[in-house]
Amino acid sequence: MASLVVAEHDNRTLKDSTAKTVTAAAQISTPVHVLVAGQNCDAVAQAAAKLAGVEKVLVADDAQYAHMVAEPMEALILSLADKYDAILAPATTNGKNYLPRVAARLDVPQISEILKVVSPDTFERPIYAGNAIQTVQAPAGKKVITVRTTAFKAAGATGNAAIEKIAAAADPGISKFAGEELSKSERPELTSAKIVVSGGRGMGSGENFKLLEQLADKLHAAVGASRAAVDAGFVPNDYQVGQTGKVVAPELYIAVGISGAIQHLAGMKDSKVIAAINKDEEAPIFQIADFGLVADLFKAVPEMVQELTRLGY
Amino acid sequence: MKRPYGEGITSNMKVLVPVKRVIDFNVKVRVKADQTGVDLANVKMSMNPFDEIAVEEAIRLKEKGKAGEIIAVSIGPAQASETIRTALAMGADRGILVKADGDVEPLAVAKILKAICEAEKPGLVILGKQAIDDDSNQTGQMLAALLGWPQGTFAHKLDITDSAATVEREIDGGLQTVEIKLPAIVTTDLRLNEPRYASLPNIMKAKKKPIDEKTPADYGVDVTPRLKVLKVTEPPKRQAGVKVKSGTELVDKLKEIGAI
Repeated sequence: MASLVVAEHDNRTLKDSTAKTVTAAAQISTPVHVLVAGQNCDAVAQAAAKLAGVEKVLVADDAQYAHMVAEPMEALILSLADKYDAILAPATTNGKNYLPRVAARLDVPQISEILKVVSPDTFERPIYAGNAIQTVQAPAGKKVITVRTTAFKAAGATGNAAIEKIAAAADPGISKFAGEELSKSERPELTSAKIVVSGGRGMGSGENFKLLEQLADKLHAAVGASRAAVDAGFVPNDYQVGQTGKVVAPELYIAVGISGAIQHLAGMKDSKVIAAINKDEEAPIFQIADFGLVADLFKAVPEMVQELTRLGY
Repeated sequence: MKRPYGEGITSNMKVLVPVKRVIDFNVKVRVKADQTGVDLANVKMSMNPFDEIAVEEAIRLKEKGKAGEIIAVSIGPAQASETIRTALAMGADRGILVKADGDVEPLAVAKILKAICEAEKPGLVILGKQAIDDDSNQTGQMLAALLGWPQGTFAHKLDITDSAATVEREIDGGLQTVEIKLPAIVTTDLRLNEPRYASLPNIMKAKKKPIDEKTPADYGVDVTPRLKVLKVTEPPKRQAGVKVKSGTELVDKLKEIGAI
């Protein structure tokens, strides 16, 4: 039949995670349609229409979708579900929020955070914080799937899909958006950055994260943190990389003052190159790092900044 | 969508807290050689950490006079009664154990919980956002959908008023606040609270609190897994690389391989 990808966006820009989910969808069922649910989200629809492999973009433009509140999203996706044999969303906090509701109403199991499409009904997904990989086969019928987007390449921007406006579904009227507080940052987003510089408990304080920011600015990198650093109150939770935070897989991950607890490794061990700085040479992070530096981070990080400056970064 | 009930939520509202027995989060998981799963023999089991936060939040609501009875529910093997006892020792009032061996998928758990909600009529169900064994992150949302209730997932802060809950949620870009009508589902994130340790007197007291024993059949739910697990394997291993001597050398090496 076809697959439906629910787009991740902020009403202005289409997130890269959508392009990656399209790649997964194309391996399960074609043609691929993208649903853009938002408010004043024309630019997002246009970007989605350019994704290679997308046949049609459905746009539901209505105030109730402006912040992807789960209950209206469920009603909208269910109103379209008949026409699709696979419904996918990126495993972002939005996708994780609304998609299980859709699966439950369709009476099918959801397959969370797939890493690989083995065949159109068989998938690999991480369990136990990525310490084991489960290969699961879905039963016949509709498939409802969230996608670990770091595991898929983004579809290119060479397409030219039709854009179709669709009607909003009736708002269930049991929930409403009441505000948000988004971290403001000039730096790239954690989950799509090519380079990520992360700090752990070893940073000692939130103030000391400024040191990492200098390094990140030289490298146009995003700044992340371990759960220990978040729990210690050094930085807000949206910095968190790990089992219970974000999963990243950049070209380069620089772990500073991070010991490498299993929960943290779950969020970054698929990075292409890993560099680690820690004063404890027994830190588990060194077992997976391509480059390890046993040193005081307060000496090593300024050395890095200085060398980058010398090299013209 | 019709709501089965919803009016008249008061400070006496019941709070239901589902708790799951999982491998202790400190245990290093080992994949079985025959690829059928992970080795659970002689491994320390504990309450799912997110569920401890859920129990704690329910108790705090009760202490603030915003909740009445707290019911801890576990769906799992006979030993899951220990997990319920932990919740009772923390401060839950009674337990329901729905005995089921083997893996019970989130959708089946949600169906059992739905039947329990219809019988117990709680004003609020607080669940962990995910279990640290299957990492599914589905049960709360599925339960909410099956009941036609709203949800506040990944909760960072919870406030209850007469007929609604205000939930501050952890989202990718920061925090989002939603207002949801009661009855409702809330799932917990890590910073919602810090769970208490049960005191010795409370552990003794918990032994006298009642636990009802049920089976999935009592609720008319078939818990046969719908997903077929073909195999469970080790993730690809990374090798330790080289050691460098300074920040300067680290930058030079990274440049050499084209990583920066």
